[in-house]
Amino acid sequence: MANIISDETIEYVGILAKLELSEEEKEAAKKDMGRMLDYIDMLNELDTSQTEPMSHVFSINNVFRDDVVSNGDDKENMLKNAPECKEGAYKVPRTVE
Amino acid sequence: MSLLELTAVELGKKIKDGETTAVEAAKEALEQIKRYEDLIHAYVTVNQEGALKQAQKVQKQIEDGTLTGPLAGVPMAVKDNLCTRDMLTTCSSRILYNFVPTYTAEAVANLEKAGAVILGKTNMDEFAMGSTTETSAFGVTRNPWNTDHVPGGSSGGSCAAVAANECFYALGSDTGGSIRQPSSFCGVTGIKPTYGTVSRYGLIAYGSSLDQIGPIAKDVTDCAVILEAISSYDKKDSTSIPRKDCDFSSALTDDVKGMRIGIPRDYFGEGLDGEVKEAVLQVAKVLEDKGAVVEEFDLSLVEYAIPAYYVIASAEASSNLSRFDGVKYGLRAKEYEGLHSMYKKSRSQGFGPEVKRRIMLGSFVLSSGYYDAYYLKALRTKALIKKAFDKAFEAYDVILGPAAPSTAPKLGESLKDPLKMYLGDIYTISVNLAGLPGMTVPCGKDSQGLPVGVQMIGDCFQEKKIIRAGYAFEQSQSYEGPVLTKQGRESR
Amino acid sequence: MSRQYETVIGLEVHVELATKTKIFCGCSTEFGGAPNTHTCPVCTGMPGALPVLNKQVVEYALAVGLATNCRINQYCKFDRKNYFYPDNPQNYQISQLYLPVCHDGWVEIETGTGRKKIGIHEIHMEEDAGKLIHDEWEDCTLVDYNRSGVPLIEIVSEPDMRNADEVIAYLEKLRLIIQYLGASDCKLQEGSMRADVNLSVREAGAKEFGTRTEMKNINSFKAIARAIEGERKRQIELLEEGKKVVQETRRWDDNKESSRAMRSKEDAQDYRYFPDPDLTPVVISDSWLQEIRDRQPELQTEKMARYQEEFGLPQYDAGILTDSKHMADLFEATVELCGKPKEVSNWLMVEAMRLLKEHGQDPEDMTFSPEHLAKLIQMVDGGVINRTVAKTVFEEIFAQDVDPDAYVEEKGLKVVNDEGTLRKTIQEITAANPQSVEDYHNGKEKAMGFLVGQTMRAMKGKADPAMVNQILKELLTKKE
Repeated sequence: MANIISDETIEYVGILAKLELSEEEKEAAKKDMGRMLDYIDMLNELDTSQTEPMSHVFSINNVFRDDVVSNGDDKENMLKNAPECKEGAYKVPRTVE
Repeated sequence: MSLLELTAVELGKKIKDGETTAVEAAKEALEQIKRYEDLIHAYVTVNQEGALKQAQKVQKQIEDGTLTGPLAGVPMAVKDNLCTRDMLTTCSSRILYNFVPTYTAEAVANLEKAGAVILGKTNMDEFAMGSTTETSAFGVTRNPWNTDHVPGGSSGGSCAAVAANECFYALGSDTGGSIRQPSSFCGVTGIKPTYGTVSRYGLIAYGSSLDQIGPIAKDVTDCAVILEAISSYDKKDSTSIPRKDCDFSSALTDDVKGMRIGIPRDYFGEGLDGEVKEAVLQVAKVLEDKGAVVEEFDLSLVEYAIPAYYVIASAEASSNLSRFDGVKYGLRAKEYEGLHSMYKKSRSQGFGPEVKRRIMLGSFVLSSGYYDAYYLKALRTKALIKKAFDKAFEAYDVILGPAAPSTAPKLGESLKDPLKMYLGDIYTISVNLAGLPGMTVPCGKDSQGLPVGVQMIGDCFQEKKIIRAGYAFEQSQSYEGPVLTKQGRESR
Repeated sequence: MSRQYETVIGLEVHVELATKTKIFCGCSTEFGGAPNTHTCPVCTGMPGALPVLNKQVVEYALAVGLATNCRINQYCKFDRKNYFYPDNPQNYQISQLYLPVCHDGWVEIETGTGRKKIGIHEIHMEEDAGKLIHDEWEDCTLVDYNRSGVPLIEIVSEPDMRNADEVIAYLEKLRLIIQYLGASDCKLQEGSMRADVNLSVREAGAKEFGTRTEMKNINSFKAIARAIEGERKRQIELLEEGKKVVQETRRWDDNKESSRAMRSKEDAQDYRYFPDPDLTPVVISDSWLQEIRDRQPELQTEKMARYQEEFGLPQYDAGILTDSKHMADLFEATVELCGKPKEVSNWLMVEAMRLLKEHGQDPEDMTFSPEHLAKLIQMVDGGVINRTVAKTVFEEIFAQDVDPDAYVEEKGLKVVNDEGTLRKTIQEITAANPQSVEDYHNGKEKAMGFLVGQTMRAMKGKADPAMVNQILKELLTKKE
């Protein structure tokens, strides 16, 4: 395997992705990601030096909305699915230390 | 003949003609669901009462002449990554186990306007990540042709439901083949339209630049009619494209004279099952006999589509799925210490292994120092692939090939090796990267009696060409569904 | 301190745009609604919801870019900035990294040490975050998404500033330009203008920049000055002790007058930017740009010149009046109603400025209507009230926008020009002050002034001074 994924990398990706992995899962993730990256490295066989990256397949531009208020108060619907709420707000663990 | 064996359009006509009613059809379909759901498990949610109520309402509107379309009163199923107001929408994920949207996906809303009766929400690979419907958090779906086999994925529930007559048609979504591959495995017809044809509003995103919603039904006629109904320019979706050529049913003609059909050699090489190859090439023969010009050619770059796809789709997914954090909806872990622990625990408990795998890969390829090497490289590859297709479509109207390298594998075989599973998407994935329309039509069975599908790929906005080719081919065979017995359930 | 240090400052200024709706959905941007009453699936990050760009946001951003001499990226795109925080419902912020709408501009500032150009690195469009309210009672945080998705532009300066004076002059300049464009009200206290300070120090004469820190949470001009001074000292102390400055984000606490690193092990500061696949590029044609250019309103320097030219105001006065868009608007609206530009200018320059200073307010805080000031000026002009009374009436207009007509009527402040009443009062005054009368007859002109003053006082300031003079002279002459 050309790509060796370190413990630090998996730890770091876990922080970025907000995932907590068991030791077993970490080992599997290291192996899977390494294999996948080896496979992806196949793209290096292609000469893309003359090719621009393509985000959108079609060149559609300037899709705009007019600055007109179209939504009313829909608080109740918005909060319907909240795991926890209080006084019309979403409740989360404290953010300030 | 039972109502259940009718196609959507046939049923719609019978309802319109007063030979049956929307309520009768809904009852029959719900009855069928009750009969076989234990065996197939195509649904996450069955909308028992809602469907009957809706059928009554629709029936009235048909009778008073407000609903006149071909799909009015026809009961159908919706893949569970499409939001449905007041109806559970889970993406087959624990993280959305209790999510009830307050809005309806535009494609579903369009069908409701056409008089659709929603029977329920179909099972899928979690967040549409998978090729077998085995990554669902709510249990696997079984292939109605042989319940030891998978239905394919990620729209496996929708395809199995259509094949098992548990609905008259269904909506699926296709990011890398998720309509076309399970359609092939289940012996049904499915279309992935040109990117931007069907609004993505209300479709829970996996890979936003690749996702498209499409119809799954018993034949090409149904698919064309359904696609016509769900296509719309939607101001709520910035990537939606205004089109004036969405009268897809006008292409339902048995005429392929002079149509240029390209067979990419790269689709028939190593890794393709011999029986699948034979069945697919037989389709070319049928079309040739009907006057089409069939030619082999080299498409090139086919093998690069998979790595490019997994970089792009995973990167987008890592960002798209970051909103599932236990704050606004869905699962929040019961025990945690502080904010970040809440995030991590909720997400780790809420997502299954395949979703985690892709989120991690996506986060990694976008992370500092790797963006150019992986993400931009993949976007450049995508541009090359698009170019290869552009070139091919200068010479051909339709590209014809398999939808998958084999027929449906057995349950439990695929997840052992994720990379091997990803390789199974080889024939479908490049179509999404290039934004093209693609369709799968059943074209035979292998020696195990499992269905084989042929894939027809068109140039951007050329759905009508593949519909015409598919329809013409279809005239040479009649739709045949699986013979369902309850034995499967009893013997289990 | 043995060595000389130079401070190098760059600013990241966030400005909330004055659109009616949010940047990607049709929710109102209005301030002060109950929590989550201005939200929808898009701005709360519901699954399946998609953003659609508000055209006005682009137009405001372009207007600001043109007014700050920027070059325009005629092909610009939106990117996602990925990080987890509860005020950010999607856990990514839609912003612009790779192709921001404007770049490479400048504004000119003036401080005690002269004029200077401050470079603008770029201006990009992005969405604001929701509001987090700490709930002491339950020791948790409550999230309100009313501000989530409110459009912002972020104006990133070059590291061209060297001290707090320049920073404040730069901010005031930006504020003035943006207010004139009507793109934002730019209120620091209310958060519609926010500045993050990037600061580093280096030994005087050094070519390389030092390691910089970014300071957030600075809510007033005074706090900016304190924060700059605090951070400058902190960094110099570190260097003097032979330690290194760490590149980090710090949070300024204005009460403690100190900053604290915002670092956390859960905070990787790796935003994984990539183009947002849900949004299409924005292509700005030459003709669209020209339209924006044609629509640009008169900015301060032009307005100042016009005031001198059209109204004959001195440069100084024109400068003060145009230093606040609100003041200038008030001036022009009043002149529109009553003419007399010099008179209007005087009231604003002298009385209004005095009252603002007394109350510690900004010109933006003036809430009275031009109609009432115009009426007051006409009442003085028509002799309905005299100047002394007018000043007290103006105070009432300034404080609570009273209608001067009604107020004068109610309080009985009209000039008394009834000859009988005046004559009777003056007779009483002269009778009570024989010494002054005598002084007057002895040629002491000052005595006259004293008697006028006494009369005015007796009349509670409402007497018509011309008539008082005339009658007094007449009575004193008779006595001769």
